[in-house]
Amino acid sequence: MALLQISEPGMSTNPHEHRLAVGIDLGTTNSLVATVRSGVAETLPDGEGRHILPSVVHYSADAVTVGHDAKRRAALDPLNTIASVKRLMGRGVDDLKVLNGHVPYEFVAGEGGVPRIRTVGGDVTPMQVSAEILRALRARAEASLGGELSGAVITVPAYFDDAQRQATKDAATLAGLNVFRLLNEPTAAAIAYGLDKGQEGVIAVYDLGGGTFDISILRLSKGVFQVLATGGDSALGGDDFDRAIAEWIMQEAGMAGESDHQRMRKLMMDACAAKEALSDSDETELSIQVAGDQVWNGCITCEQMNCLIEPLITKTLAACRRALRDAGVSKEEVIDVVMVGGSTRVPHVREQVAAFFGREPRVDIDPDRVVAVGAALQADVLAGNKPDEEMLLLDVIPLSLGIETMGGLVEHIIPRNTTIPVARAQEFTTFKDGQTAMSLHVIQGERDVVDHNRSLARFTLRGIPPMVAGAARIRVTYQVDADGLLNVTAREELSGVQAGIEVKPSYGLTDNEIETMLTDSMSHAREDMEARRLREQQVEADRVLVALEAALAADAELLDASERQAIDKARDGLVAARTAEDSETIKRAIKDVEKASEGFVARRMNQSIRKAMAGHRVEEFE
Amino acid sequence: MNLDFSQNHFELMGLPVGYALDLAALDDAYRKLQGKLHPDRFAQAGDQERRMAVQGAAWVNEAYATLKDDTRRARYLLTLQGVEFNDERDTANDPEFLMEQMELREALEEAPEVSDPLARLDTLSADIAARRKALGEAFDSAFGDHRMDEAKALVLKMRFYDKLRDEALRTAERLEDELL
Repeated sequence: MALLQISEPGMSTNPHEHRLAVGIDLGTTNSLVATVRSGVAETLPDGEGRHILPSVVHYSADAVTVGHDAKRRAALDPLNTIASVKRLMGRGVDDLKVLNGHVPYEFVAGEGGVPRIRTVGGDVTPMQVSAEILRALRARAEASLGGELSGAVITVPAYFDDAQRQATKDAATLAGLNVFRLLNEPTAAAIAYGLDKGQEGVIAVYDLGGGTFDISILRLSKGVFQVLATGGDSALGGDDFDRAIAEWIMQEAGMAGESDHQRMRKLMMDACAAKEALSDSDETELSIQVAGDQVWNGCITCEQMNCLIEPLITKTLAACRRALRDAGVSKEEVIDVVMVGGSTRVPHVREQVAAFFGREPRVDIDPDRVVAVGAALQADVLAGNKPDEEMLLLDVIPLSLGIETMGGLVEHIIPRNTTIPVARAQEFTTFKDGQTAMSLHVIQGERDVVDHNRSLARFTLRGIPPMVAGAARIRVTYQVDADGLLNVTAREELSGVQAGIEVKPSYGLTDNEIETMLTDSMSHAREDMEARRLREQQVEADRVLVALEAALAADAELLDASERQAIDKARDGLVAARTAEDSETIKRAIKDVEKASEGFVARRMNQSIRKAMAGHRVEEFE
Repeated sequence: MNLDFSQNHFELMGLPVGYALDLAALDDAYRKLQGKLHPDRFAQAGDQERRMAVQGAAWVNEAYATLKDDTRRARYLLTLQGVEFNDERDTANDPEFLMEQMELREALEEAPEVSDPLARLDTLSADIAARRKALGEAFDSAFGDHRMDEAKALVLKMRFYDKLRDEALRTAERLEDELL
């Protein structure tokens, strides 16, 4: 029996139709969007042929500008022009004090510890600023592809912690994007290089962007990208090169103590221009506005710049050494080193990396575009456009996940560089007689003392039946999904009392805040929240129906007559609900289908495990 | 109804139950299973299937990590035989072994003071790895002969070396950080 086909533009239920999917590189300095067309992955240009979108957002009293236009306003209106917002993602007000002097904005503490940036257009969170960039890229992609996007793969630095990943996902939600996956940038680059094709062995991806540094060590084998270890610094990048050069200029030009935002912004731009000029010449002239109409003229040589940035490069190489050690491989085993990120254009970076690994790094794909291209290739696979593709990515968590124990110490539950998805549990007990509640503090980082790590979340397990100290058995389970996002549950085993949270980071947005922000942005676009919910449920309903149809076509024999009848009934209910124009009705009908088919889904998965291993066993006996 | 987690890790990977390990076969089985179960294979499926895939893939990852690591594999073999471990109380009580541990620990602590500390740490790490490997071989024969108490004592000793190995890594990291 064939299923009813229901489709409307952009939401086809035909599994064989090409779905529009994009890869997005949401960078500190620049962002890009790419897609696969006719089998080729390419970045998409704007109406004026420009591929790069500067990650800059300008707020005026009544309008938001993104990209090149916003960047032009940076020097004139620094307080209302947000650049490098990626550095603020998932950070709390306290973290931002560290950035003091590095960013000119005025911060306001918001609810739940999420800092807001004060602009003439209102106070905005870093997630909202990122969402503006994502929205611009989405609009570009939809205009150029001529339809609504089915989903996107968004890249994040491999070294991003849970809070930073969650913030990125929240930004995508605000921009109305369906996120197929958060993908680590170095992994995306490895895909773009097509390093799976016929190549076997260990490769290193050195990714130095505008504001983040990542090193990933991967083992490639028959289309499988297995990340062995990753490391880096989520606050180190080309911006820091610029800053080092700018500080040198200030010293030379006698500008110490300068605090004028506009002049500082201009100086940073001059420093960046000097860095770029020194990529292919030995020295460059400087002409710096010191105060009023006064101008300082000078010159910086390549050698001087190399000296200034040397300590920063040394820091990246230490991270490389650590990642190699974590991966358990030697430098000699690395058969290829891939360079990613605009900052790897600096010749001294390439020289140092070449010297460290003892081989010339690969630079054949534009280091600015390589991440977006890799993300697009993965998006195409996840959209189901390449059903026979064997590519598989096995990634890891970059930083250990732990829990606070007595005396402010950290007990690690999942060590860094564990392959995801992963679930691990640990048992704890009560400290006092009659204790009925236990507060849990979720930590990410390597240090033994809580204060030196990132605090991800706190929650409380209540309702533990009173017992003597040490009698309760509280099982805490950490589960990390394929996006690297953590979910924690706690359960008292004797009584069954349970508490859980999706780790909404200490510095994250609550679901309510996201809803409010969405409603706010919708009212601009004159779109209705309920209409949006309805569409989301319709898409999910279609997804469930298509998947069920395919499952029934393949494995109907796993069901007996009564099970089949129950599934058919629930399915017919969903098909009817799908036309009901009410999100709650559809949601309930989806739940009914899930309930009726739960056993069937599990049996199919069990069968596929057996089938996967069946061939294996036969080979062994031959 | 859930995924069938009743198979032990060896059965799941299609490997014979034992300490000796065919690493290539393990890698191969692991990739085949993740090829079927990884959540990326269910990107277009409904929520329920995706959740189940996350569980399944996590299970396969756990099995792989357990079998791949010598100490974890040895310990797992014993738990399959009903031998129980108690992390709070179990420890090694062989005085000669404990003396050796103290000496190695002291050597680690003193390593940062020598002229080429990183090279010293490399040597120590290699020494620790060799001793751990020898224990693994002793475990293999004890386990093969069903001398379970002896096998358990060897696993507990292997854990001491794991801790030393981790300590050596951390010391090296600290030294490198200080060089910056």
